[in-house]
Amino acid sequence: MDIIINGRTIEFSVDPRTSLLDLLRDHLGLTGSKKGCNQGACGACTVLVDGERINSCLALAVQYQGRKITTVEGLARNGDLHSLQRAFIEHDGFQCGYCTPGQLCSAVAMVDEWERGLPSVVTQELAAQGIALDRDEIRERMSGNLCRCGAYNGIVEAITATFENLP
Amino acid sequence: MKPFTYERARDPNEALRLVGTDGGAKYLGGGTNLVDLMRERIEAPERLVDVTRLSTEIEGKPDGGLVIGAAATNTALAAHRAIREQYPMLARAVLAGASAQIRNMATVGGNVLQRTRCIYFYDEASRCNKREPGAGCDALDGFNRMHAILGASSACIATHPSDMCVALVALDAVVHTLGVEGERSIPLVDLHRLPAGRPDIETELKPGELITKIELPPPLTKRSTYRKVRDRASYAFALVSVAAEVDVTNGKVRDARLALGGVATKPWRAWKAEEALRGQAATEPSFRAAAEAELVEAAGLRHNEFKIELAKRTLVAVLCELAGVAT
Amino acid sequence: MSALKDTAKSAMQTAVRLTPDKWLPGATSDPLMHKHGLLGAPVSRVDGALKVQGKARFAAEVAMEGLAYAGLVHSTIARGRIAAIDTGAAEAAPGVGLVMTYKNAPRMKAPALFGTSPSAAGASSLPIMQDASIHWNGQTVAVVLAETQEQADYAASLIEIRYEVEPAVTSFEMAKGRARRPESILGEPAELEIGDAKAGLAGAATVVDHIYRTPRYNHNAIELHAATIVWEGDQLIIHDASQLVNATASTVAGVFGLKDHQVRVISPYVGGGFGGKCLWDHQILGAAAAKLAGRPVRIVLSRESVFRLVGGRTTTEQRVALGANADGTLAALIHTGVAAMTTHNACPEQFTFPARHLYAAQNIHVAQEVADLDMLANTFMRAPGESVGTFALESAMDELAEALKIDPIELRRRIEPEKDPTSGTRFSSRNIVEAYARGAEHFGWSRRNPVPRSQRDGEWLIGMGCATATYPYYRFPGATARITLNADGQAIVAMASHEMGMGTATTQAQAAAERLALPLENVSFEYGDTALPPGTVAGGSSQTASIGAAVIAAFEELVPALLQLAGNDSPLAGLKASEVEARDGGLGKIDDPQSHESYASILSRAGRKEVVAEAKAPMPLEMQKYSMHSYAAQFCEVRVNAVTGEARVSRFLGSFDCGRILNSKTAASQFKGGIIMGLGLALTEETLFDERSGRIMNPSLAEYHVPVHLDVPAIDIIWTDIPDPHSPMGARGIGEIGITGVGAAVANAIYNATGKRIRELPITLDKLL
Repeated sequence: MDIIINGRTIEFSVDPRTSLLDLLRDHLGLTGSKKGCNQGACGACTVLVDGERINSCLALAVQYQGRKITTVEGLARNGDLHSLQRAFIEHDGFQCGYCTPGQLCSAVAMVDEWERGLPSVVTQELAAQGIALDRDEIRERMSGNLCRCGAYNGIVEAITATFENLP
Repeated sequence: MKPFTYERARDPNEALRLVGTDGGAKYLGGGTNLVDLMRERIEAPERLVDVTRLSTEIEGKPDGGLVIGAAATNTALAAHRAIREQYPMLARAVLAGASAQIRNMATVGGNVLQRTRCIYFYDEASRCNKREPGAGCDALDGFNRMHAILGASSACIATHPSDMCVALVALDAVVHTLGVEGERSIPLVDLHRLPAGRPDIETELKPGELITKIELPPPLTKRSTYRKVRDRASYAFALVSVAAEVDVTNGKVRDARLALGGVATKPWRAWKAEEALRGQAATEPSFRAAAEAELVEAAGLRHNEFKIELAKRTLVAVLCELAGVAT
Repeated sequence: MSALKDTAKSAMQTAVRLTPDKWLPGATSDPLMHKHGLLGAPVSRVDGALKVQGKARFAAEVAMEGLAYAGLVHSTIARGRIAAIDTGAAEAAPGVGLVMTYKNAPRMKAPALFGTSPSAAGASSLPIMQDASIHWNGQTVAVVLAETQEQADYAASLIEIRYEVEPAVTSFEMAKGRARRPESILGEPAELEIGDAKAGLAGAATVVDHIYRTPRYNHNAIELHAATIVWEGDQLIIHDASQLVNATASTVAGVFGLKDHQVRVISPYVGGGFGGKCLWDHQILGAAAAKLAGRPVRIVLSRESVFRLVGGRTTTEQRVALGANADGTLAALIHTGVAAMTTHNACPEQFTFPARHLYAAQNIHVAQEVADLDMLANTFMRAPGESVGTFALESAMDELAEALKIDPIELRRRIEPEKDPTSGTRFSSRNIVEAYARGAEHFGWSRRNPVPRSQRDGEWLIGMGCATATYPYYRFPGATARITLNADGQAIVAMASHEMGMGTATTQAQAAAERLALPLENVSFEYGDTALPPGTVAGGSSQTASIGAAVIAAFEELVPALLQLAGNDSPLAGLKASEVEARDGGLGKIDDPQSHESYASILSRAGRKEVVAEAKAPMPLEMQKYSMHSYAAQFCEVRVNAVTGEARVSRFLGSFDCGRILNSKTAASQFKGGIIMGLGLALTEETLFDERSGRIMNPSLAEYHVPVHLDVPAIDIIWTDIPDPHSPMGARGIGEIGITGVGAAVANAIYNATGKRIRELPITLDKLL
């Protein structure tokens, strides 16, 4: 079976029980994606599949053959941190750093969803063409990523600072 | 997790053939519920048949309704322009559920078949008639704050956790299936069974029967909504939710379709409230009377008694909002 | 024995209090507290780049050849014995290398209980997997090792166990019936009376007297507890997620009959601790299984196993009775109650501590008891005691203000004590009145209408509340720091301390750079490894002061060593240590800008690559000489839905008085983190303990509701920044105080919004309908 991780095609053969998260962490040594609950309740394992965010702990690896996976290890480009990674440092969007990879991947995809015009449950006009990505929208859309250290303010500030110049 | 084999179906007939009827196999959608249940040892299939590559289409019908492929993701459903414009309660219900990550994975068919979040169902050390018929129910005298006030039995008080289904039953959704005896369609409101004495049998589906699509008739009106009341502001299951669509003409309720979530053992169509509303003045007192009518048989336990009043209040508030009546 | 110890301690305390300041260690204030360069600067975390790239290696991520993965089986009864255990199917399952039960586990001593000696770390003193007995519902009864986690977990599910059930005490009500008064509460008397509080209350003009209840809580750090463990001969190496590496190593050594130096605990990154990442059964079981199997083991608890194996904050029932005179001063302050506990742990949940130090009252009575249950050992969780104790005390204070028709801030000003109300000692530094005044101004407290239910926005009722936050200053003995200064002018400060996200590595580098007068980039802080000089627990908000005092001691060794190396050819020739200061990357004569030599120059002339100084911090006598506490005024604005009862916090401000703030960026995050955990404590969190079975029923992040993004508004943080003259760097702890007072600030705001006084946490919507 093939899977494309951070641009590299990787052949793998695993027990069908293996989650995408365990494939990354235990089999491929990509430990950036984190395990916090293994039940889809914390978001620490968030990775991107063809650009969309999912909980890799609930994903069976075999179900994702042929797909393009982006993990936190794939956010930096040519050694340069992604602007959101730099903003997380600047705005102190983490303390212990354990939920951080999931928050980062989630935020990247969240902004992409917003650019595609997806509404959220706090969007007033569901059918509106343009939705302002205000603080409430960011908080709702990021609510699938728990942070027990309580870096939520810094995370929202980092996202806002990075993406406020978007169209 | 018990070892299993994995196969991916290319079309519904192949899925049906792969899954068979011996009960040893399960259809796999996004896995957001099934994988968790397998890890918790509540489900232990020997074979998984991946149906996520089957129809994900969401198409308009000539009559103004919609057909939704069972493999469409929850996100795709909520993002679909026709759903946002014509069925706002459905888009809102989907967006109120789980997290963006889970909605990206979860399929519509899987959402319909998701199982309860009852904490005694999830705990293998507890007695549960759903897991083990006849074992007893530890929720009856246990922590039952999240549990059902409608449709429960002495065998089971577990709620159906879906938000999407609450909107779908309000919208008269019809489930299309493919089974060994061919295709058939079942109104969603009849798909889930009340627990009575057999809470382990949760739906009318036969062994191997596959949900292929969901059909929606045209909406009554574009004025519909979904309100979810929960402990956290987001990412939590409903204590009470209300899906409502109300057609008010000249100050009178011409028609209404209502459903409740978080309060019942299945997605709960509020037939009695609808009946009580039809032809009545669109005023708070008549909304309250309708809510009272719906919950007349509601039965609370030690920790969930509050849901009776909460459900009434939420229903009244939603009706007032849709009818433009000040509270 | 313990009573004798308490007597001795009390005699020493008296002696220290009578000792003049100048005879105490650290008699002069740390000069650093007045510097305004790096100290207090908003420096970004030194480990930030690693963490945002997922490159920080946590305990479960240490690569190792030949690893076996551990799966666990937990008991399903609260008390009794394993009558029969069948491990045959598990042993035969694919990939399984070992099934360990009490029948084949190595013989191990029970872990030394935390608090019984400075090097004891055991969260419980129960022996681990040594016999068939069951002490709580969830106890580990088998460990399976296999080639993958899936194989281990599946094999664990195949183990069949039959229990002989014995009667268990799993009801708090029943246990309360035979509650006991412990010999002490963390070294303080369990009961303390000044005057006659009962009589004072009876004669008071205005009385509020209520019972407050708080539930069980769990830390729920997002990182699962994990350890990667390997035996190298008779050396045991544990890559752990730990907030007390030294005591863990000593205690594990004791369990396996090893010398302390034979156990090395390494923990450079910890994915959240909050009191939960200490020594529990899993590290010991993992080491035992690794020994039996003869191969390295990775043990990662599932989220459910974390709930079954790692204790949390216990439940409390507290009475607060306040009797006020007509002028608003207190005739009586009574704070008593009981907490659930076990006979085998060390955490009585010190909820009466705030009442001992916060308010002037003519008569004071504090007393607490514990009620023993058959349950998992409860433990320290962020501000143990103070978090839930301030909920009761500060709610009662709000109730009294209401009864007296006085603004709650004004009430607190009237009962502000001159000196510590129970110990009689002077406060080292206390500026709570100022913190309230500044907080009230920033928050807009004057806009609050004291009449409940007077502000509304559509369906939402809006209210404001405030409460006092407080947490003691602690500094623990035994901390030893090593400063290595090399000829390039680089300095490494090292101590086996901990970074769980508090910012330790960053702030200590800042403080050391300021102390050594070096640029920040020339200084690094090494920690998280028992191979380094010993540190103290990252607990009790003590670590910054504990490290700081040791670094001062090491610096005091370093300066004479440098002067000696400088010799007679240096501009510093002939100067004594007391005549020089660190300046511009070297030493200089105080008050003489010309007389200076850089460290690099001193070392190169002496032909040395480096100079090393190591020293142990003096005993923390300042804690006995003074009443030392951090304080804050917490302000909350809440919106409560009049239809559904949903309560959502819309604004929050914390105004802190914690001495010097060493890094304004990471400190603000610490305060906010505490406040957010406080919002969970107030509104959403509760560990459901089924009293029929003694079993935790929501061992899951889906059913245990920690606050999510949408629950948390923008939080404002301000501080006095007034240095404490008696602490290293002028700083007091900041890690725990944030959570204190929050429960009451929220509850008081909810009262102001709705007119409903909720005295039982969490304040879920059903209580507000």
